Amino acid sequence: MNPFSVTHAQDTAAALSGKGADSDAQFIAGGTDLLQLMQEGVVRSDALIDISRLPLAELEVRDDLLEIGALMRLRDLAEHEVVVREAPAIAQALRETASPQVRNMATVGGNLLQRTRCLYFRDAGAPCNKREPGSGCGAMDGCNRINAILGGSEHCIAAHPSDLAVALTALDAQVVVQGPDGERCLPIGAFYLPPGDTPEIENRLGPDELILAVRVPRSPAAARSRFIKLRDRETFEWALASCAVAFAIEDGRVADPRIVAGGVGTTPWRLERLESMLDGQALEPKVIAGVAECAADGAACRPGNAFKAALLREAVSRALHAGDVS
Amino acid sequence: MPNASGTVAIALTVNGKLHKLALDPRTTLLEALRDDLGLTGTKFGCGLGHCGACTVLVDGRRIVSCLTLAVMNQDRAITTIEGLADGHDLHPVQQAFVEHDAFQCGYCTPGQIMSAVGLFEEGKAGSAAAIREGMSGNLCRCGAYSNIVDAVRQAAGGEVAR
Repeated sequence: MNPFSVTHAQDTAAALSGKGADSDAQFIAGGTDLLQLMQEGVVRSDALIDISRLPLAELEVRDDLLEIGALMRLRDLAEHEVVVREAPAIAQALRETASPQVRNMATVGGNLLQRTRCLYFRDAGAPCNKREPGSGCGAMDGCNRINAILGGSEHCIAAHPSDLAVALTALDAQVVVQGPDGERCLPIGAFYLPPGDTPEIENRLGPDELILAVRVPRSPAAARSRFIKLRDRETFEWALASCAVAFAIEDGRVADPRIVAGGVGTTPWRLERLESMLDGQALEPKVIAGVAECAADGAACRPGNAFKAALLREAVSRALHAGDVS
Repeated sequence: MPNASGTVAIALTVNGKLHKLALDPRTTLLEALRDDLGLTGTKFGCGLGHCGACTVLVDGRRIVSCLTLAVMNQDRAITTIEGLADGHDLHPVQQAFVEHDAFQCGYCTPGQIMSAVGLFEEGKAGSAAAIREGMSGNLCRCGAYSNIVDAVRQAAGGEVAR
């Protein structure tokens, strides 16, 4: 790792002033992704701001929403009884994220901001438009087995790695951020940005902003949400394809569903056409089959990752069938 | 702030003992334990959180010590494999690993044992399947997994497969 200083922020104001004063500064909390990136020379920073002891690690249950502190550890969120009962897709996604040791360290905010697992991004010696804009993309015609089939551009096909973000997108979560001018709230569906011409910009968080919390609306749809993950081995592995679903059932029919795919998109990927197909239908096997069949329509597959189209259809099918449990 | 030599004063509480150190801020907890405190039971495997050889407990919870900075672990109770036994009396997980021959080369063993102790703290060692899942953050290149599961199962008070 390159030499750096570490300062310990006592409050969010101090954390933000440290970041604003030095654009190379990085926040560190759980450290589980940032230190990997720094060990590998993918990220360099002269100054780390330790935010791990800020009082942002609690979950607050309000009348209409759950407010999840950005510094809550993944394990604590996964085990929270209200989350298990009222937003099971979150608990299911986190139980299948990383390893038990990492879940004891990694935080909610850090999970949402973790960087892609694209082999070329993580290899400081390889071309990568995300890491070094204009240097090219090794994945495009290289080892792109884990890369995205949805949302890519001619510059980047890196898949978004977070399971939690997929679940939160299905739950219409909001990301609460603090900047120099105060707090603002972004729908998670608008938080992430596809690569387009600027793959180095992955979200709408400003360089001088900090995630404070994630808000999850409490609803019957959230309470029947589900998350399904398909991967190369049964545990401790990133998704090749995943799917989170959330919907209410009204008069025996699906109402206003969310169907969100992970592992296949450059951001958590809402399958809005599938949502329209499912809306108002009874959740029957032939309806599910018809919806799942279209899950990968429009995907831009490459020889290395074309198998993901079939995995995505399967993930959607399994998530909808799991959601059938009343 | 770093002094002229680039080090910062750090206090770490390891196995109940307070240590005052002057360390480069980049020093990981793993490096501080091994290189500065001489507690070489904790192993360096991959340095990227993938193998679990460096597992220790911080405030009773298992973590990988390669992915955290020493300077971020002050005022925490750190437990390493050296702090597990009570004098000459092995911790039940250590004893079970011996009885089940739950290792070959032994390099991953301290991490496996610390991870199992952490798994018990989490209360998720109720079946062989739960143990396999709960120990998934620890790799063993010798492939001693079946004996590891038996050892953890015994230490958890459950029936062993054979």
